[in-house]
Amino acid sequence: MSEPGRTLAMGEAERVAGHSVDAPFGRALVELGHARPDIVGLTADLGKYTDIHPFRDAFPERFFNVGMAEQNLVAVSAGLARAGKTPFCTTYGVFATRRAYDYIAIACAHSRVNVKIIAGLPGLTTGYGGTHQAIEDLALMRMVPGLVVIDPCDATDIMQATHAIAAYDGPVYMRLLRASVPVILDAAQYRFAIGEARRLRQGGDVALIGTGFMTGRALQAAEAVGRDGIAAAVLHVPTLKPFDADAVAELASQVRCVITVENHVVTGGLASLVAETLFERGMTRPLVRIGLPDRFIECGSVGFLQEKYGLTAERIEQAIRAACG
Amino acid sequence: MSASPPLANAPSLAERAYRIRRHALRMGEVQGQGYIAQALGIADVLAVAYFHAMRYRPDDPEWEGRDRFLLSIGHYAIALYAALIEAGIIPDDEIDSYGADGSRLPMSGMASYTPGMEVSGGSLGHGVALAVGFALAMKRKKSDAFVYCLFSDGECGEGSIWEGASGAGHYKLDNLIGIVDVNNQQADGPSSEVTGLENLADRFTAFGWHAQRVNGNDIEALVAAFDTARALTEPKPRVIICDTKMAKGVPFLEERERNHFLRVEPDEWQKAFVALEAGRTA
Repeated sequence: MSEPGRTLAMGEAERVAGHSVDAPFGRALVELGHARPDIVGLTADLGKYTDIHPFRDAFPERFFNVGMAEQNLVAVSAGLARAGKTPFCTTYGVFATRRAYDYIAIACAHSRVNVKIIAGLPGLTTGYGGTHQAIEDLALMRMVPGLVVIDPCDATDIMQATHAIAAYDGPVYMRLLRASVPVILDAAQYRFAIGEARRLRQGGDVALIGTGFMTGRALQAAEAVGRDGIAAAVLHVPTLKPFDADAVAELASQVRCVITVENHVVTGGLASLVAETLFERGMTRPLVRIGLPDRFIECGSVGFLQEKYGLTAERIEQAIRAACG
Repeated sequence: MSASPPLANAPSLAERAYRIRRHALRMGEVQGQGYIAQALGIADVLAVAYFHAMRYRPDDPEWEGRDRFLLSIGHYAIALYAALIEAGIIPDDEIDSYGADGSRLPMSGMASYTPGMEVSGGSLGHGVALAVGFALAMKRKKSDAFVYCLFSDGECGEGSIWEGASGAGHYKLDNLIGIVDVNNQQADGPSSEVTGLENLADRFTAFGWHAQRVNGNDIEALVAAFDTARALTEPKPRVIICDTKMAKGVPFLEERERNHFLRVEPDEWQKAFVALEAGRTA
């Protein structure tokens, strides 16, 4: 479908700060394709825009473009999976979740088939308006029984997660950061595993719990306040489902305040999962939810919108200082 | 604009099409890129729709008696804005705000933003079913207005187009006029390679529609097709399938292979305006 250019997934700040990888998902899928003849790729007229083009070019006979037809995309993938293939299908998150929901729920999850849905333009990574910004996809996907839901934070996370979900036998929804994706996590140290959160930074004053690219911004904010003697821990939760409640509870028990950061509406996603976890375990902590409000976001440049809606390190930093003040 | 005949000194449809192209190029220049090739390709169709066929009041875009124009392909907003500017519904001086933060002219067409924009079309495949709803409502309201819906060949991949088409045939919606832009281009390449099975006229006929296929860059042929669609007495929805050329009117852009989302270099804009002017026939 339509999308102006290849908007940077995360923003100028990360791109200039460190190095980046082009199409990390596509690269990882090509590696897997060589080792795994069962892997097939599909898209719905968005091959160029969802980083699956390297796989298409490497394995043209194992790639299917079903045209602009997202329900078809998911149902065909489910059929391929039931017949023994391992399909990775790509479209934008809005189209996968809003349009093909029934097919994800029934043809994939209810049937426990091995389909991997890779969803571009998560949250505020496009300025193209409410039709293209998947701001509520994690909430929708979280509600589907048996579906694994992943929001990676950088190129390292995406490449490792692609390998992990290929090894996992079951339906997965993974958000995609595309094109030139910054590297934040050190591939030598970091290990992605489905269902496991990772403590990226220690600190006893405040807990920052993040998913998706907002984890990177949480690290920036933690570093900034650290210079003023505030110790902020950062827990990265790439898998929303299954959710690593133990890691969240353990960290929360060590701090006075919890701040969640996500590229998603603050209802139904990470913030809700953290709140559920704390209450279920009888823990009360002040909880600050950083993420998108309950409204459609307008059109505009990505930087402008992320600034306006507080998906920035500065906004997190403010919240930390307010919580610790 | 109304049902009354155009004034003797009104610009020709060819001149309207030229101006629509020019407005679109000016918006394209603001962003340096965009769905410019689609806008140039569909300009003749929009000129005939807005300056020959449709009834509306530029100073009252919500006038109840207006013909409705539904843009299913939201990314063609640049083209429709150009037509709405030419029609006097959007002021010319808003061109510079195209695609800017806070603009009424976002890159994808949205009903809540822009006067004259009846629906939000960025998620493709919605328009035809929406048009069925509009057309049913107009019938219930005893309105003689037509409902036009512009959608595209690539978009016909969406099953919802055919659910809408089936409904329109079932309800015999003779106040519904579909316009399909067939430019054989979509995001991943030529539609004939991505989607295949193009035979659109046969498909719509099978769904109970009256179908015509014309050269969408031939104004006389378009006028005849719109006249036929409006005058037809058969109780059927009508579709005009328009074969258009991407970037029509600017030859050096027509030749670009990958022109679904066209990037034009800063030094090429002047060349584009000159090329467009050279083909002006008015």
